[in-house]
Amino acid sequence: MAALRRRRWLTLGVLWLALATAYFVVPLLATLQFSLQPSRTGYGLDAYRTILQDPGFRESLYFSFKLAVFTVIISLVLLVPTAYWVHLKLPRIRPVIEFLTILPFVIPPIVLVVGLLQGFRWTPTWFYGGYLILVVGYAVLAFPYVYRSLDAGLRAIDIHTLSEAAQSLGARQSTVLFRVILPNLRAALLSAAFLTLALVMGEFTMGQLMQFPTFAVYIGYVGQTQATGAAALSLLSFAITWVAMLGILFAAGRGAGGRAAQVGGTH
Amino acid sequence: MKTSEEDLPPGVVSTPPPRSSTSGRGRRWVWLGVAPFFLYTFLFLLYPAISILLGAFQDENGNITLKLVRSLSEQGSLDAYWTSIKLSVITAVLGGLFGLLIAHAAIAGRLPRWVRTTLTTFSGVAANFAGVPLAFAFISTIGFTGVITKFLNDSLGFDLYGTGFKLYSFWGLVIVYLYFQIPLMVLVIAPAIDGLRREWREAAENLGATATQYWRHVALPVLMPSLLGAGILLFGSAFGAYATAYALTSGRLPLVPLLIGQVTTGNVLSDPHYGNALALGMVLVLGVTMTLYAILQRKASRWQR
Repeated sequence: MAALRRRRWLTLGVLWLALATAYFVVPLLATLQFSLQPSRTGYGLDAYRTILQDPGFRESLYFSFKLAVFTVIISLVLLVPTAYWVHLKLPRIRPVIEFLTILPFVIPPIVLVVGLLQGFRWTPTWFYGGYLILVVGYAVLAFPYVYRSLDAGLRAIDIHTLSEAAQSLGARQSTVLFRVILPNLRAALLSAAFLTLALVMGEFTMGQLMQFPTFAVYIGYVGQTQATGAAALSLLSFAITWVAMLGILFAAGRGAGGRAAQVGGTH
Repeated sequence: MKTSEEDLPPGVVSTPPPRSSTSGRGRRWVWLGVAPFFLYTFLFLLYPAISILLGAFQDENGNITLKLVRSLSEQGSLDAYWTSIKLSVITAVLGGLFGLLIAHAAIAGRLPRWVRTTLTTFSGVAANFAGVPLAFAFISTIGFTGVITKFLNDSLGFDLYGTGFKLYSFWGLVIVYLYFQIPLMVLVIAPAIDGLRREWREAAENLGATATQYWRHVALPVLMPSLLGAGILLFGSAFGAYATAYALTSGRLPLVPLLIGQVTTGNVLSDPHYGNALALGMVLVLGVTMTLYAILQRKASRWQR
């Protein structure tokens, strides 16, 4: 009786998973086929050829990558010392930091961008008109991912013992951070960087409202005129996300704190 | 221990065990370590929020006015809030339900280990794969000229768009949003499902409980706090979503984020202060949701004990 019921459970589970697989895989396959549809001339790779020849493609991809690199730098420079310091000296304020770093999950990008545009309108054009204001906002969006990743990494190693050992050997505070703590946090740093990369490479909302030609904005622009090209770009974007996620898995295989945070994205 | 302590600010020297035993003089210096973070957070997170609050009560000339906040109660704004909230609740509930069932099937079911690994990895990708590319993927699939639309028409003689279905309609958006809501749910709820012990279900089964009874009396009460948290996260992720809706509907559906986009970007409709008022409304909705969550969470965890 129980065995029979158990088998029904299993069948039901497999059925659910099969349905889910269909829902998640069919759009990807359909997009692939759609991108290979004949356009006006010839068959097959036309959409890809057009995209690759478009200078806007290379420029926007490069631009978004540049934004991603800057965002990674800003968020790590800001959050690594903070997370280390909080773990070492100020465990009391950890809830406060946790709350502040989780806030961007609650405040959506569409709200943040309105606030940035409104609040910094008086600032000089090198800030307000340049992409620095975008990077600064992206770093805020990356807070939850980066901090949670670092926090998990720091929890996994004994920073008190490590710091004290290094200091008793004559290391300065900065030496401790750079030569002792950071190498032990490699996995957490890598996964934070890959998550931020995936986030920035796909971010549309802030880029569009601030009117910057980011990769996602470019995809949206292409979609208004050539549907097959947009399909090809969507697949490429999906591939970039995959690479970033595989990077996180790879990082996780190499140490502590890698898989701590992989929830989310901006939709 | 007599090392290079002169190089450090007073109080920063960490003498072994005491973790936060900072001397009175050092206590002030310790805070300097987190000052950059607080400064950054204030400048680029809290100050923008304050700017929205102030901007919502000002007109173009900087005079204080209630006009914009009052305009939130006009038909157009109310429609947008209602549609946005409805969309978020429906996709949070459906995404939460399907995500829970899928995660449960992969984790608690007696399936090989790789099923779970594949599921969480794919969920990590799918939860991050959203926005414009996701919209175009669905346009390529069940859009007007989509591959599946064509297939249904040519092979099965079923005219999807003849039924009145539109991808850029409310329910079309629900279908697309679930593509990131379900994986999000899987990622968030997986640790909680790990906490469900197999013996509990076996015990329930051996005592003759049906699947419904097991869920009603065992699994759901245990999962409730996690489910509530996940539900809030899903609600927020749909409520704030802009890119997907923008690429899919080109603004044809009245949603708050789309409305904000329209009045903020520099076109004819541009009215940044109205955008501030709308954004303030979003923050309020999310704030109310979070408060509700905190109350329910307390109830749920009390019930658990």
